[in-house]
Amino acid sequence: MFTEPVSFTDVIIPILPEVGLTLLLILVVVLDLAFRPVRRRAVGVVTGVGMLVILAVNVAVGLTFVRDEAFAEPVLGGMIHFDMVSVIFHSVVLLAGALTSLISVDLPGVARKGEFYAILIVATLGLSLMTTASDLVMLFLSLETASISLYVLAGFLRETRQSTEAGIKYFLFGAASAGVFLYGLSLLFGFTGTTNIYDMAEPLGALISGNAEGMFGLIIALLFMLVGFGFKISAVPFHFWTPDVYEGAPTSVTAFVSTASKAASFALLVRVFAIVWPAEAAPYWTGLLAAIAVLTMSLGNLLALVQTNIKRLLAYSSIAQAGYTLIGVVALTETELGLAAVAFYLLMYVLTNILAFTVIIAVSNTTGSDQIADFAGLSRRKPYLALAMVLALLSLGGVPPLAGFFGKFFLFAAAVRAGYVWLAIVGVLNSILALYYYLTVIKVMYVDPQVDDAPVFLRPASSAVVWITAIGVLVMGTIAGPWWNWALDAATTFAAVLP
Amino acid sequence: MDFPFLTLITFIPVVAAVIILLLPSDVGLDPSKDAALIKRRRERVRVISAVATAISLLLSLYVYIGVFNAVEAGAQELFYFEDGRWNWVPSLGIGYHMGVDGVSAPMLLLTGLASFTGVLISWGIEDRVREFFAFFLLLVAGVYGVFVALDVFLLFFFYELAIFPMYLLIATWGWKVTREYASMKLTLYILIGSIVALVGVIAMYFVAQDAGLEMTFDLVDFMRARDAGAYDVEFQLPFGLGLASFAKIWFPFIFLGFGILAGVFPFHNWSPDGHVAAPTAVSMIHAGVLMKLGAYAALRIGVMLLPEGARTHLPWIVLLTLINVVYGSLIAMVQRDFKYVIGFSSVSHMGLVSMGWATMNVIGMTGAGLQMFSHGVMTALFFAAVGMVYDRAHTRDIPSLGGFAQKMPLVAAAFILGGFVSMGMPMLSGFVAEFPIFVGLWQASQTLQLPSGVPATYYAVIAIVAVVGIVVTAAYVLRVVQRVFFGEFEAEKWHGEITDVTLKDKFALGLLSLWLILVGVYPAIMQPMVTAGIEPIARLLGGA
Repeated sequence: MFTEPVSFTDVIIPILPEVGLTLLLILVVVLDLAFRPVRRRAVGVVTGVGMLVILAVNVAVGLTFVRDEAFAEPVLGGMIHFDMVSVIFHSVVLLAGALTSLISVDLPGVARKGEFYAILIVATLGLSLMTTASDLVMLFLSLETASISLYVLAGFLRETRQSTEAGIKYFLFGAASAGVFLYGLSLLFGFTGTTNIYDMAEPLGALISGNAEGMFGLIIALLFMLVGFGFKISAVPFHFWTPDVYEGAPTSVTAFVSTASKAASFALLVRVFAIVWPAEAAPYWTGLLAAIAVLTMSLGNLLALVQTNIKRLLAYSSIAQAGYTLIGVVALTETELGLAAVAFYLLMYVLTNILAFTVIIAVSNTTGSDQIADFAGLSRRKPYLALAMVLALLSLGGVPPLAGFFGKFFLFAAAVRAGYVWLAIVGVLNSILALYYYLTVIKVMYVDPQVDDAPVFLRPASSAVVWITAIGVLVMGTIAGPWWNWALDAATTFAAVLP
Repeated sequence: MDFPFLTLITFIPVVAAVIILLLPSDVGLDPSKDAALIKRRRERVRVISAVATAISLLLSLYVYIGVFNAVEAGAQELFYFEDGRWNWVPSLGIGYHMGVDGVSAPMLLLTGLASFTGVLISWGIEDRVREFFAFFLLLVAGVYGVFVALDVFLLFFFYELAIFPMYLLIATWGWKVTREYASMKLTLYILIGSIVALVGVIAMYFVAQDAGLEMTFDLVDFMRARDAGAYDVEFQLPFGLGLASFAKIWFPFIFLGFGILAGVFPFHNWSPDGHVAAPTAVSMIHAGVLMKLGAYAALRIGVMLLPEGARTHLPWIVLLTLINVVYGSLIAMVQRDFKYVIGFSSVSHMGLVSMGWATMNVIGMTGAGLQMFSHGVMTALFFAAVGMVYDRAHTRDIPSLGGFAQKMPLVAAAFILGGFVSMGMPMLSGFVAEFPIFVGLWQASQTLQLPSGVPATYYAVIAIVAVVGIVVTAAYVLRVVQRVFFGEFEAEKWHGEITDVTLKDKFALGLLSLWLILVGVYPAIMQPMVTAGIEPIARLLGGA
């Protein structure tokens, strides 16, 4: 690893987003001290804009340098791997972070607390590192950095019972899952003698060839790791924390957890599972994930049908969406379409979910509650917001001309290409099921009579987010080519290094 | 053709919808103080919608005449007025390609007529006018897009694009009693079918690729794959059922998946409730055009691309269509609600379209193509008339209505005309459409061979039983006409609320009636182009 002198740019380019985030963190802490409490909303705007700048730099620098020879191998001692997958997922996480800080400006109890934005940046930092981690130590470190920050953020509204409960539940579940996960990681280290995931396929392949005990050990390690991953992506049966945490946490934190945390966890899941397990083990983990995907989709959609709280409904919807994305992961080893579909879907998902949560923030600020019934008559009170919510919900449902349609199409195409036609059909039927509850919310906004006349109000920062995400969802749904090509590019380069 | 007619036809309504949504709304305006301003804003929306649909109608008419001339001159192209082909998502072979042939050109015209007259008839809507017309225009754009799409992905894109505005339109502006139930049922039902068909199409794409062909989602490529025999590859069925070709496995799912939208029994249930709950203009588009989307897609993607599957499965699917025709008309007989009669009549007449596809010969399928147009215009006319009666009487209960011909003579005349068309009376388009279907059924009984080699003589029985449907149709139509429009007009009950319809309404009714008469009296303006479009498909099915 250290056989030749390493240039500064070779070191700094892969971690440019993380460096940027650290500098932003320092700036935010300073501004928090400098600004009077009344003006601290500006800290949120600075965070948001700062993250957007880092996002732009990430995309520009990433696209320029990602194909350089210097980055073909893991860098920085093998801790992270700089490739197109990491560039895409960095963008997803940074976008989610930026939009979340902008909408937090509208959230009472959170907007004027500078430390909220600081912890948000730390969480983004952790999630960013998760998307590129290629060493077990970095993997766990970044996972915990992100998780602990998220536990704090979820319980941020200390005065409310709900938020505190959310934070504690998240922490307990998370800590327990992380413990089991770490055990799985240590088993991997024990079996292979190395912590770099790119060096593990060979020893593991040797371990299981003709050796039943080795296969058993591998499966145990796989299951333990699946606990950790399943928790992070809210897959069944590790999803129990999701509804309570999503409902109780401050709404912008819910938006962040449901998008950025899920995206980074999927990136990590894909990287670890595809790179670590040898080709002989592929049918095992693929089959297991397919079963989990079916359970996740179905349970998420079925339980969402009976919800009356919009945040809980979106929590179960989020569980189901993770199920759909798992279909792409299942198709991963057979075709590049799998990973490309996952990346495209998560990018779409960030825009869509944050759009939905912004509207929820606006409505709950006015009505003081998160019940679906309080959305009644929104189409008359604030037609644009109602329309924005329609766009978000229909995108989640997979209706053209919105981004979700292409997202689902690519996932199902990947499944069919990989030979999992039955999985595509299950996914398709689940989409229909999901449409029922999405359409019900739309119905409440458009059909149910208005109950309240108070004006629904959004600050400029949140309005900007609504416009950006709504236009983004429409653009991705019509001019899908460039985004899909980007995702496919990442998938193809990733596939080249698979064992 | 260099001028992008088809793109314009499809996207002008979209542009109009976006413009309408960006116009200032009435939120926050006080009706007592700003009445004039509110009225101006609403008029602006209506005028924009009318202009947009009128332009699309005129362009559709131009395209129609163009195709007519081409067919008359003996051109043998597969598609005319092609737009594109431009890449959309090149890595998956998805592109933007539009074109019309003899089957879809009448459908374009139909959409234009139904959408323009629908806008005229919706002039009186006062609740959230902006959103109504915006969603209506999106619906129209989606429908246009399906008929002109030559890329299969593009077809699905527009197909599903047309579905969610239906939900919003019915749920928000529909009949309060059943609108939430009907809109949800309609949306979910239609989507299940189309989405399963989508998975089938994705499978078709990859199967062709695996067979070594360079594939895109373009219809031409799918046709090439079909000709190369990519879909005759046999697969092992699960549960020890033996071998079956790809076409034979997937055809029922694709045909019936789209057939759900065409109202094929037993998946027709969404249709009557949907028709009744929808506001008038939406019912016109729904019954008049949307159901034809299903039949058209079933033909284009099901029958045309998987002819082996069609030959195997249509002989039993024809029994389902028979149930449509007879059962639909029998149920229409016993309805008390005026609009439900028309709704079930739609189910019955669409059964004739699917029956026409199932004859698998040129004459029967031409009849089906003509029936799509004829029934479309007729049912738009019916729903327009029903809507006009309901707006004034506020009831659709047949026993309580009566004598309306005295107050709205033009509506009565239009309804009677529509009634004659639905009965298949000669000199009107209904006869021109239904007669060939029956001839086709009879011819099929003589010439069609089932896969097992047995001749399909039962088609003759089907033709005979279907005639029962025609008789019952006559019965319920005449019954409704007599009860609602003729008989005694109880002036005390209506308190002078029953007035004649507006000039716009009359123009709409006239425009629709004109085409029913035109095609009936001079079928040569439509039949040759439909036959020209059908012939290549019928040849694939082995029918003459």
